[in-house]
Amino acid sequence: MSAPVAAPYVPAAASRLRPDALGVLLTAVGVLALFGLPFVLFKANRILPGEPRSLLAVLPAAGAWGCGAALLLAALVAVLARDARLRLGGALAGLVALALAVAASGDILTPPGNNVVRVAPGGAFWVLLLCLGLLATDAITRLRPGPLTRVLLLAGFFVVMGLSLAHGTFDHLSVMREYAVNSERFWRELLRHVWLALGSLGAAVLVALPLGILCHRVPRLRPGVLGTLNVIQTVPSIALFGILMAPLAALATAWPWAAALGVHGIGAAPAAVALFLYSLLPVVANTAAGLGRVSRAAVEAAHGMGMTRWQVLSAVELTLALPVILTGIRVVLVQNIGMVTVAALIGGGGLGTFVFQGIGQTAMDLVLLGAIPIVALAFTAAVLLDALVEVLERTKA
Amino acid sequence: MITVENLSKQYGAATVVDDVSMQIERNSITVVVGTSGSGKSTLLRMINRLVEPSGGRVLIDGKDTRAEPAHLLRRRIGYVIQGHGLFPHRTVAENIATVPRLLDWDAARIRARVEELLQVFQLEPATYAEAFPHQLSGGQQQRVGVARALAAEPALLLMDEPFGALDPIIRAKAQDDLLDIQCRFGTTIVLVTHDMDEAFRLGDRVAVMSEGRLLQYDPPAALLTRPADPFVARLTGQAERAMRLLSLTTAGEAAVPGSSTGPAVPASATLREALSELLWCGAESVAVLDAEGRPRGRLTLDLILARGRP
Amino acid sequence: MSGRHFAALLRIAALALLVAFLVAPQAFAPVFAPLTQYGAPPIYDQGNLLSLALAHLGTVCLAAAASTVVAVGLGILVTRPSGAQFLPLSRTLVNIGQTFPPVAVLAVAVPLVGFGEKPTLIALFAYGLLPIFENTIVGLRTVPAAVLEAASGVGMSARQRLRAVELPLALPLILEGIRLSLVINVGTATIGSTVAAKGLGEVIIAGLLSNNNAFVLQGGLVTALMAVLLYDALAGLERRLCRTVRID
Repeated sequence: MSAPVAAPYVPAAASRLRPDALGVLLTAVGVLALFGLPFVLFKANRILPGEPRSLLAVLPAAGAWGCGAALLLAALVAVLARDARLRLGGALAGLVALALAVAASGDILTPPGNNVVRVAPGGAFWVLLLCLGLLATDAITRLRPGPLTRVLLLAGFFVVMGLSLAHGTFDHLSVMREYAVNSERFWRELLRHVWLALGSLGAAVLVALPLGILCHRVPRLRPGVLGTLNVIQTVPSIALFGILMAPLAALATAWPWAAALGVHGIGAAPAAVALFLYSLLPVVANTAAGLGRVSRAAVEAAHGMGMTRWQVLSAVELTLALPVILTGIRVVLVQNIGMVTVAALIGGGGLGTFVFQGIGQTAMDLVLLGAIPIVALAFTAAVLLDALVEVLERTKA
Repeated sequence: MITVENLSKQYGAATVVDDVSMQIERNSITVVVGTSGSGKSTLLRMINRLVEPSGGRVLIDGKDTRAEPAHLLRRRIGYVIQGHGLFPHRTVAENIATVPRLLDWDAARIRARVEELLQVFQLEPATYAEAFPHQLSGGQQQRVGVARALAAEPALLLMDEPFGALDPIIRAKAQDDLLDIQCRFGTTIVLVTHDMDEAFRLGDRVAVMSEGRLLQYDPPAALLTRPADPFVARLTGQAERAMRLLSLTTAGEAAVPGSSTGPAVPASATLREALSELLWCGAESVAVLDAEGRPRGRLTLDLILARGRP
Repeated sequence: MSGRHFAALLRIAALALLVAFLVAPQAFAPVFAPLTQYGAPPIYDQGNLLSLALAHLGTVCLAAAASTVVAVGLGILVTRPSGAQFLPLSRTLVNIGQTFPPVAVLAVAVPLVGFGEKPTLIALFAYGLLPIFENTIVGLRTVPAAVLEAASGVGMSARQRLRAVELPLALPLILEGIRLSLVINVGTATIGSTVAAKGLGEVIIAGLLSNNNAFVLQGGLVTALMAVLLYDALAGLERRLCRTVRID
């Protein structure tokens, strides 16, 4: 009884100096990429295919040596060090060197005053970014940061990125070139993207919470409600957007005041309605599940102390179920941020506009201008809501 | 015969088992007792190498257990754990057949063996062979666990708190069954428990462990009459030791020729039960009856009291 | 009629409807005609619906098969003692990976492998990995400790234990992961048509481009019906395979 039952899973205690398996793997992949793939692609204009350039060919000797030394340091720490802080430090040093190297490549390869030439990060850059990102993620995972620390780490990352973008560090890279051309539209579409995702979520929560409570109170309704919402989830987003265009267009024609409010067959309205419909299931299901998990004893005690039904629901049941409900909201938010992208296909706007324009023009840089912020938004939403759920669960335990 | 030689186990800086040596006789039941964290489970698990020792060795019939791959060794040693560990996705018959299948017995032999064991453990094959573990009661699951361990006719059976999850009445029955099984198959049994009553009831010899060390390894009576140190005395329960001593002897063993007008007890009853009967009825002596109900002798209060002294 | 019979009947009716529509779409023209304007064709006429549906399903199944092999293999690896050090990282990666929208993956894959089926396969493969990987890990790690101990105790080798005990017990959860990823991917694959993959997205996009709601509805309904039937069939398979496994 006393010995650990899951003994077969305990990794062999290795106090000896042994190379870290993950570090060795990532170092090997990184080295192969650095010497086998182009570090940047030089394009005479935005549509032409790029000519590969290696790190050594682009940077002056001092820069190349500096970057190489930082990468070597990161690799050594990754292979030999066990302390998670040290590993995080090594990975961050590597990431900074990589960012500076790619920014410098842009500056060097772009002739002064030339706005046509494009310098895009190449395969080696992306693979190295992935390897160093994995190392940093691994180190952070080993440190097991609390929710607040995770949010602070994310905020720190955004501050550094924001400052360097404002300073113009990356201005000569192709993605930033696309941004420079589209900057006004970019912020408009970004705002619209966030509004579509959050607005449909907000509306869905207003409907889904009562519906979830109802499913909990009247178990007979549950299979029907959840089954219907489940079927809605299986309709592909692109089709649901399209299907909703017709009735909304009819609505706009029949009632001019609706059109005045912004209800049109084409545009954001069908996207918002579709996202609202998709958002219902996770929130309803998690509300019902969360309420179902509230201990019967707590509810009985609350009744026993003379609370009204409304007080029991708001002060005991919903409060205790909140972490589960929030988990559902997290799922919806991350899902919505991804799905709003598709809304661009029906004129709904959002960052998807750049993605699909980019695909249409085979302009990878434009695709990235849309895709990178989408991933960043979804990731931020996930980190923030995960932290919130964890804080709530901790205060309860 | 099993020889444990200077067996030790360290996890990092912590020593869980500390230089334990003991001899376990063939066809006997050895019970290892101790508080939780005493290292008794680790000691047991080092015998079938579920835990690899940090030092020392184990010999079974003179042969070092490290002479063959661990999983092959384990196929020759039965193993029963608390909560039985039955495979939930396999039927009772399949569970019992696990080791014979690993050993590539032919189908007919496996079927016969499974049937035999189900009979021995009072599980009607027609009803239970194709049942799944979750359809059985706790006591039945435990019996299937033991049957599975015995399926390949191992000479040695290791049991780690096998009855820990059972309620007292079923546990007493399971303990009786184990004694019967041991008589029937002559299996050498090493059993780990934290229950002192269980140790005294089942053990031919009892090993007391604390903080990884073997404090005393003796027959139960010696544990009561000559505890090796204060910890053993505390563990065996000073307040109850006289009663425990009485429970080690049966009425049949202690009876003297003669007859009694007092209440009757069966020869298989312990002296503790006989004394309880005397006190209850206010009598001076009891009549001891054999299995067929014939008088076999008598026991007086004085005789019983004499047995309760060291 | 009992609930179970009703469900079975509904299932057969849905399947019959799907097959009928794919084989003889013109028979349904009157149903879709009211949705068209200015005499536009009510049934998609730029390609064979049946072959589009089969291509769609083929892409999804190929991607799912690849994700299953990789995800289950990785899941097994990180739950072995030798791979245990990768476990925390891989769980974090699964969580991060789930925040990547499939459209973004699709878009980023295009410059790497060009237009056509390939970027769709990559996006579906990557997106399908996550639910299967996560469920494999959870399934393997929630096998009761007593059962694992017993398996080793009776003398199973590590490989035997994995094959005969751990994988069968994790199977329900693994299958659930496969089901989730398949259903998500049937819908996501429609977006593949924006990068010229063959599939039902073609029908929807043709409808969007020519303002023909009949096309949009057809494409959407066929995809949804396929997803629902697939979900249902796999759930049935799961129940059949795992009827006996109950771990309390």
